[in-house]
Amino acid sequence: MADLKTKDRMKIKRTEMPLRDPEVRKHDFDEVPVGFTMEEAVLEASRCIDCGKPHCVEGCPVNINIPGFLKALEKGDMQSSINILMNTNQLPSICGRVCPQDQQCELVCIVGKKNKPVSIGNLERFVADYAMEHNLIPDFTPTEAMEVDQKIAIAGSGPAGLTVAAELRKLGYKVKIFEALHKPGGVLFYGIPRFRLPAQVIDNEINNLKKMGVEVELNALIGRTYTVDALFEEGYDAVMIGTGAGLPKMLGLPGENLKGVFAANEFLTRVNLMRADKFPEYITPVIVGKDVVIIGAGNTAMDAARTAMRFEPNSVTIVYRRSRDEAPARTEELLHAEQEGVKFLFLNNPVELIGDEEYNLKEMKVIKMELGEPDEGGRRRPIAIKGSEYNIKCDMMVSALGFGVNPLITSTTKGIDVNSWGAIVVDENGMTTKEGVFAAGDIITGGSTVIMAMGQAKTAAKGIDRYLKAKREVK
Amino acid sequence: MYKILKRKVIAAKTVMLHVEAPAVAKSIQQGQFIMLKLNEYGERIPISISGWNREEGWLRIVIMGAGRTSNEILLMQEGDEFESLVGPLGTPSHVGKFDGTCVLLGGGYGAGAIIPVAQKLKELGNRVIGVVGARNKDLLVMHNELKEEVDALYITTNDGSEGIKGFVTNALSSIMEKENVAWVMGVGPVPMMKAIADMTRADKIPTYASLNAIMVDGTGMCGACRVTVGGETKFACIHGPDFNAHETNFEELMLRQGAYKEPEAIANEKFKDFDFSKI
Ligand SMILES: Cc1cc2nc3c(=O)[nH]c(=O)nc-3n(C[C@H](O)[C@H](O)[C@H](O)COP(=O)(O)OP(=O)(O)OC[C@H]3O[C@@H](n4cnc5c(N)ncnc54)[C@H](O)[C@@H]3O)c2cc1C
Ligand SMILES: Cc1cc2nc3c(=O)[nH]c(=O)nc-3n(C[C@H](O)[C@H](O)[C@H](O)COP(=O)(O)OP(=O)(O)OC[C@H]3O[C@@H](n4cnc5c(N)ncnc54)[C@H](O)[C@@H]3O)c2cc1C
Ligand code: SF4
Ligand code: SF4
Ligand code: FES
Repeated sequence: MADLKTKDRMKIKRTEMPLRDPEVRKHDFDEVPVGFTMEEAVLEASRCIDCGKPHCVEGCPVNINIPGFLKALEKGDMQSSINILMNTNQLPSICGRVCPQDQQCELVCIVGKKNKPVSIGNLERFVADYAMEHNLIPDFTPTEAMEVDQKIAIAGSGPAGLTVAAELRKLGYKVKIFEALHKPGGVLFYGIPRFRLPAQVIDNEINNLKKMGVEVELNALIGRTYTVDALFEEGYDAVMIGTGAGLPKMLGLPGENLKGVFAANEFLTRVNLMRADKFPEYITPVIVGKDVVIIGAGNTAMDAARTAMRFEPNSVTIVYRRSRDEAPARTEELLHAEQEGVKFLFLNNPVELIGDEEYNLKEMKVIKMELGEPDEGGRRRPIAIKGSEYNIKCDMMVSALGFGVNPLITSTTKGIDVNSWGAIVVDENGMTTKEGVFAAGDIITGGSTVIMAMGQAKTAAKGIDRYLKAKREVK
Repeated sequence: MYKILKRKVIAAKTVMLHVEAPAVAKSIQQGQFIMLKLNEYGERIPISISGWNREEGWLRIVIMGAGRTSNEILLMQEGDEFESLVGPLGTPSHVGKFDGTCVLLGGGYGAGAIIPVAQKLKELGNRVIGVVGARNKDLLVMHNELKEEVDALYITTNDGSEGIKGFVTNALSSIMEKENVAWVMGVGPVPMMKAIADMTRADKIPTYASLNAIMVDGTGMCGACRVTVGGETKFACIHGPDFNAHETNFEELMLRQGAYKEPEAIANEKFKDFDFSKI
């Protein structure tokens, strides 16, 4: 296809990702998108016109050489394709699946001006999966000559921690990740459901890191099991905090502690991490109601809604105080949720949770909303319509309203400054106000995306390298 | 992996274990707890610490068979290992040097959990009285170990087979008559902790309860362990487990503890007719 004219490339229809039948998939936890075949992938890659000034690269928070990997794919040079991807992105099989492409690289793709944009995310996923299956993953293990006698401790094994680990190990540093939970991966594992991100994909990425020589210690809560200062005393030369924004926000409404009221993290953790979907083989239980209501319309809300759907309740309803246009979830997640039968109550907001005498949630009082003037962020502000309250049936409610920052490390370590909402403050090198301590990911933003966390992690990795190099020279 | 170094059956359906966990043993303090998970299929459950050896790197725990997971632990032997053990979790008990007597009351595994608190209170120069309660004399646990750490020990049994007949609160009221009680803490079943709070409320004696909410991660990430204290929602695993007992909504705690009764019974099917007398 290399001799195709730009004009003709622009006309090729976008190959949509084949999906499993909603009526089948909503009963299991297998992955929803089926994946491209080689033919489909090559055809889709050929839609990229290899722009001289590729906007897509600007749109990607880590600036992947997108036309580069697409053109290699089109030529069938899979080794070059994966090499180009992994040059900038250590976790392409994950980003290809969960990035909000529609708000990033694909949003600004030139082809999208006249036609639909190139399916960059799906192709990223294709190349990464292909490379894994065919043993094409480039080996970044440092050679013996490259080994550096300095150690870095990383708190947290989410995308931020994994990225810093990869980047620094590549340079020859000794790297150890400390993870509080009994499984690595952070939100990738305990938050994002398996039908969106199969366990095998995460395991593969973590195994790649281990092969490079990255050590992982599970069940280690930094700030408690080991304090940051203790890590320095033990001989670590730098500490990187990638502990995420795991603190769930509750609604603050009457009745929020009724049985049947969950924070999204609890519900998703019970299922994703503890495998309550396989109860009683796995012995952690979860009780999914008959009429499930999810509050919020971000990715977390969609994940909670679709997970609840898989327990076969009567109804799953998303209640969101703004309209569909403002819903922050990836377009694809909204669509998949709709396909699976999730109902949406836009412009509604909960005001009270009502229980029975046994303290079980039974009903939710909601109020209708309308959109007023735009706020500072440019989104129209939702305003409650007086007197419009009514009750809906609801025996399970999941709050998916975003997260606060876990204060554990900053409260047990002196000298790490946080901002007004508790997020760790870092400089342009990713260093916190405590020397030798760096931070990246949701812990510095209070909750964002996988790829943003990875971008910040790369900054921190560069900062750590610079810092440790300077330390070596002093010696 | 976290190995059981020592195991002793100390009462019916109750074992005391020494578990290898050097990093936790090094940093744990009074009132903190751990989360244990047995194996791939296991649930994460919160367990208090009744002692430790920082040099040898082990923790002492007391397990009472309550359902599937704790029953499985009863059957574990020396040399067996837990898949996961994380800690120390929670905020240490709010101890200090008090102007009067400190009273620590323990029921069930709580009798073990108060031992490190007693040690710390003594270290800080307090007069400390311990109270251990059980239904009958055969169910008393950890009272001998606690005795070593306190100035006086009271035992209560519901049937009067040992010590004072009645509840730990019977002992507490007689202590309050005799001494100037400045600080109280209870660890055990919710009704016990509630009764203690009711008894010390009028005199405004600072009183703490260790709230045994249902937990999943134990690190503040999931919100399962929500309790209401002073009208506010708190997470027992990070803000607690110890809270001002006078401000705790015990009714809510008890109702929430029962949230999983049905699946718990299904999970515990395996042990429905199990004879625990020979463990
Ligand atoms: C349900 C859900 C769905 C999402 N969907 C998407 C999506 O589709 N696309 C997208 O781009 N983003 C999505 N996000 C956001 C994205 O997952 C996060 O922005 C990203 O995971 C942040 O990465 P991180 O490495 O900073 O933190 P995390 O992924 O939160 O990882 C932090 C890790 O640190 C561990 N930890 C915490 N405290 C300590 C400690 N003291 N010591 C040791 N370890 C500790 C935690 O257990 C955790 O494993 C979603 C988030 C959620 C909750
Ligand atoms: C801070 C804290 C310290 C504790 N210390 C000890 C201890 O030292 N020794 C001891 O034997 N027990 C202790 N417990 C109680 C112990 O965690 C429960 O008995 C155990 O989780 C029961 O699990 P199971 O599978 O055996 O029984 P199940 O049949 O699952 O449950 C029996 C009852 O235990 C409670 N429970 C169940 N699952 C959990 C959970 N994940 N988290 C908390 N409670 C739960 C519920 O009220 C339930 O009705 C403590 C609890 C807390 C919160
Ligand atoms: S990492 Fe995300 S934003 Fe960047 S190219 Fe891939 S899908 Fe697009
Ligand atoms: S903007 Fe679109 S067409 Fe241009 S290089 Fe990027 S992917 Fe290809
Ligand atoms: S147990 Fe999850 S927040 Fe406390």
